[in-house]
Amino acid sequence: MRTTTANKKIRSRRSLSRNDRFTLAAFIGIPTLMQIIFLWLPALITIILSFTYWNGINVSDIKWAGLANYKNIFFGTPVFYEALKNNAIWLLWFTFLATPLGILLAYQIDRKIKGHKIYETVFYIPVVLSLAIIGIIWNFMLQPGGFVQGVMGRDIGNAVSIWGNYSINTYVIMGVASWRHIGYIMLLYLAGLKSVDSSLREASAIDGATEWQTFRKIILPTMRPVNIIIVVITIIESLRAFDLVYIIYGTSTAWPLLNILVFQNFAGQGISMKGAAYAVILLVLCIGPILLYLRNVFKEDLK
Amino acid sequence: MSSSIVQNKEYRNKQKIKDGFISAFIGFFAFVWIFPILWTVWTSLRPYNDIISYGVFSWPRHLNLDNYFHAFRVMGLMHYFLNTLYVTVPAVVLTLFLGSLIAFVVSRYSFRFNLSLLLLFTAGNMLPIVLTYIPVFWLYIKIGDLFGNRSLLYNNYLGIVLVHVAFQVGFATFVLSSYMKTVPKEISESAIIDGASVFRHYWNVMLPLLRPPLAALGVLMSCWIYNDFFWALILMSEDSKRPVTSALRQLQGQYITDFNLLAAGASIVAAPTVILFFVLRKQFVSGLTLGSTKG
Repeated sequence: MRTTTANKKIRSRRSLSRNDRFTLAAFIGIPTLMQIIFLWLPALITIILSFTYWNGINVSDIKWAGLANYKNIFFGTPVFYEALKNNAIWLLWFTFLATPLGILLAYQIDRKIKGHKIYETVFYIPVVLSLAIIGIIWNFMLQPGGFVQGVMGRDIGNAVSIWGNYSINTYVIMGVASWRHIGYIMLLYLAGLKSVDSSLREASAIDGATEWQTFRKIILPTMRPVNIIIVVITIIESLRAFDLVYIIYGTSTAWPLLNILVFQNFAGQGISMKGAAYAVILLVLCIGPILLYLRNVFKEDLK
Repeated sequence: MSSSIVQNKEYRNKQKIKDGFISAFIGFFAFVWIFPILWTVWTSLRPYNDIISYGVFSWPRHLNLDNYFHAFRVMGLMHYFLNTLYVTVPAVVLTLFLGSLIAFVVSRYSFRFNLSLLLLFTAGNMLPIVLTYIPVFWLYIKIGDLFGNRSLLYNNYLGIVLVHVAFQVGFATFVLSSYMKTVPKEISESAIIDGASVFRHYWNVMLPLLRPPLAALGVLMSCWIYNDFFWALILMSEDSKRPVTSALRQLQGQYITDFNLLAAGASIVAAPTVILFFVLRKQFVSGLTLGSTKG
């Protein structure tokens, strides 16, 4: 076995002319170089910068800071823990509410209940909209003079502040985030479900299994690869969450998230490498799910 | 025997009633889902004065497209749409081209570093974007200075195209390479035996076979890049060069009091992706799922 693959390799390498070898080098080289220059190198530089003091203007001003940025974040910045808390809320909400709802929805739509075609479309529309548009749409709903305020009987003069009220805004933000997330999960799951053998399901129905039993004992186990992807997507989306809150609050920390803190330290008046340290913390949190994803996707190749 | 059929019938009837409930419940849910969008479109069809004098819930006295014409004129949306075009089209074409190159080599030639290459690209797609922001910004300015033209990349469409390509090419590579693995190896072998060069093998043999995933990815990425407003906010210093979604974000502040005009603007900007989704739904869905359910 080993020798045959080795032979094959040698043969394929020998059969390549000089021209071909040059073409192959270009085919690999150009995209890889680009990927490294615009993605991996900047990421590496940010990691290094997180151990420095710098105002982002002159390279000569960079000073080594050791762990000072991290110490400052962990021991001197209460808003960091608030951000962590919000990211955790986001993750819990997505894990226990939005993602399961998306999966159940996919399951029901896959059963071709009445109106399933329309439902599928409706739930998917929010996913194709830009966050810039989503911000405007939800502002219409919630702002003074908007629909929700009108339903609550408040006119522009005595409107409730929805975005400024911490006990409400968490739910509202989670609601709007789910508005997008559920459709996305539904779509991914629906595609997976199409590949589940329908005779399995019929057999279990004839055996008298309830809906719930069929779902738990038949569907979930056969969907294992998709399940892992969805878990990873849910975690990474919760950690990287940013755009929606940025659209509502800008870089203020009215409802901080890790990503918002990065941005707050990078944009605006005072550029500080604390932002780089926040970005690195975010990366560290993301590494687990990324590895899980890669292992799942390249299972066969890694063997 | 007959009792089991009766039981089955009973079971089916019960299931039918249950399904009716489920369908109604999801229907209600779906209405709640679509309502904000319908409300926005509804608002965009009403004149500003109607709402000011009679309230948000009043029966419409006038319904027309004036806000839409007005939005095109006042907001200059056409101009921003063109900017979007300058970014989206080259970015999508370049991403697909570069992605297909790597996918082609990785799936047709067995080099030792194939897997690491694939990992490099796929993992790159999942990095938190903020990690690159400061260095990219700084790199753009430095490269510009090097060539004596500060807006070579910074404040230029080219710069935005390049960051989009760098971020999306990982996903394209991954999807295309897993698709190419399903293409029979014999096709390639006969091409090689016939003496096709590597370039011909790629261009005349493999690329035509890649049409379905390329179409799917093209649709999906056009949508993603169209929707992104963020890179343009960072890398474009001139408002007039921004793509339409970033511009909308800017205009939101400017026209905050004129709900109806803003609603029309938002509807116009949303239209391309929604239409794309309805027309090319199959490609859209398969683009997303090619990348996630393989493996």
